[in-house]
Amino acid sequence: MAKGAKSGSVQAPVKKRSLKKALNDNSGFFFVLPWLIGFFVFKLYPFGSSLNYSFTDYGLHSKTTEYGIMNYLNIFTDTKILKSLGVTFRYAFLTVPLKMVFALFIAYILNFKIKGVNIFRTAYYIPSILGGSVAIAVLWKAIFNDSGLMNTILGIFNISPISWLTDANYALFIICLLRVWQFGSAMVIFLAALKGVPENLYEAASIDGAGKVRQFFCITLPMIAPVVFYNLVTQLVQAFQEFNAPYVITQGGPRNSTTLISLLIYNNAFKMIRLDLQAHRLGCYLSLS
Amino acid sequence: MSRKNKKMLSSFLRYFVLIAVGTVMVYPLLWMIGATFKPNNEIFSGIGLIAKNPTLDGYKGAMIRYGGEIDIWKSMLNTYKIVIPKVIFTVFSATIAAYGFARFKVKGRNLLFACMMATLFLPQVVLNVPQFLMFTKFGWVDTPWYLSFIVPSLFATDTYFVFMLVQFLRNIPKELEEAAKIDGCNAVKTLWYVIVPMLKPSLASCALFQFMWSSNDFMGPLLYVNTSKRYPAAIFVKMSMDGDSGFSWNKVLASSLISIIPSLILFFLAQDQFVDGIAAGGVKG
Repeated sequence: MAKGAKSGSVQAPVKKRSLKKALNDNSGFFFVLPWLIGFFVFKLYPFGSSLNYSFTDYGLHSKTTEYGIMNYLNIFTDTKILKSLGVTFRYAFLTVPLKMVFALFIAYILNFKIKGVNIFRTAYYIPSILGGSVAIAVLWKAIFNDSGLMNTILGIFNISPISWLTDANYALFIICLLRVWQFGSAMVIFLAALKGVPENLYEAASIDGAGKVRQFFCITLPMIAPVVFYNLVTQLVQAFQEFNAPYVITQGGPRNSTTLISLLIYNNAFKMIRLDLQAHRLGCYLSLS
Repeated sequence: MSRKNKKMLSSFLRYFVLIAVGTVMVYPLLWMIGATFKPNNEIFSGIGLIAKNPTLDGYKGAMIRYGGEIDIWKSMLNTYKIVIPKVIFTVFSATIAAYGFARFKVKGRNLLFACMMATLFLPQVVLNVPQFLMFTKFGWVDTPWYLSFIVPSLFATDTYFVFMLVQFLRNIPKELEEAAKIDGCNAVKTLWYVIVPMLKPSLASCALFQFMWSSNDFMGPLLYVNTSKRYPAAIFVKMSMDGDSGFSWNKVLASSLISIIPSLILFFLAQDQFVDGIAAGGVKG
């Protein structure tokens, strides 16, 4: 990623200084300018003001009266926030590894000369294209509600129905499952990376007597390490920002077992009109960086 | 076991895993399509995909207006009123910014590039409240042209696309631009006549991803759209679920399905483009 910052064309040395020339030399700046304005207005300023609010007791309908780190201290005493942080971490650390392992496993199989590889790729990829939409969250609710499809399937095997979404033991797992189901995009990235590993490395390894498992851990994984890292980071970031699924499927319930941090912030800030919980957004952010 | 048998077995296992996983992936979607044609009492009575007593009740129900102001078609129209300008503006602004980053020596470029990467990891929830206050002050919230969605996209705020295009630009040889320069093209002309034609496939990927992501966006409309006649499809589907789940799932699923049909069609038309786009971001990173 950092490589991009270093590559860049070397400008021809300036011989005659004229306004036009000066403009030309700095023309790169004008290309970056719109983004820069957007960055300041829509990213940096809101971030700074979030940071600022986090040290106050500001509310949408009340003025600031107090400054201090009380919001940050509240994080450690407010059971709701603590629980939500716990739920968020559980969500992220359940979904991300599962998704990664699944994606890599399927990509690894698809990388053998499989007939109809494109059909499989499409089938695996569709859920991750559509999965973020409300429509799919609704579908998930149809599948896992008390009289839903999943319990119908269990009924065939004579297993008594389980309250997937109203039992605090299962609800978070179902929300996780929706994300794991969307492993397709990570898989496509892995597949492209696996195709890039030179064939002769494997040949050399098998001559030296390394088995498939050994080859996977000693050649494949090191060769695709940057891609593993890229996937890991993007998946983690996305998992910490998840909002749609818990909002639509469970509204954070039962007993707040699926209240991810983003949902808690939304509920606090826009429903109860309280902004003094800004602090834990930063807690969330810091945990990311 | 002979070598040949072993090979057969392992290839059998591979296909078995692939087909089993593929079934799990696709079955819910197919079931959803089937369920929209089933009467309500049939939906959860079996796991079959095809309706025994097919009916269009679900679709008829999905056409009903809510509060006399919004129906599924109008809400979809609203969605694309947001999505289409957003896609166009994002592609424009992201191309310009990416060109600036990839090809010029701007003062403090490393710092700016680092800022750009940092915004990739900045969760939206951190920004929501101040952004909401700001957009309210500007009078952008709940406007007929969805200014709070469209204006930011003019400034390449979806940084992921800038990042993606910078990656693609690295693969375009610089000699082409140098040749253009010798022929007397200035930077703007070079961008338009040399870079953009070369970037076309990547621009298409950007447009497709922005299309999908903005169509799926739910939190944005939840915050910035308050009038029911302006609700996009995401909110409409959620509303219809809250209103009808429990007693008319076929209707709820039918409106859900209708709302994702454009995305589905686009996906099947441009599948390879999607795959190339997403792979490029990661592999060359």
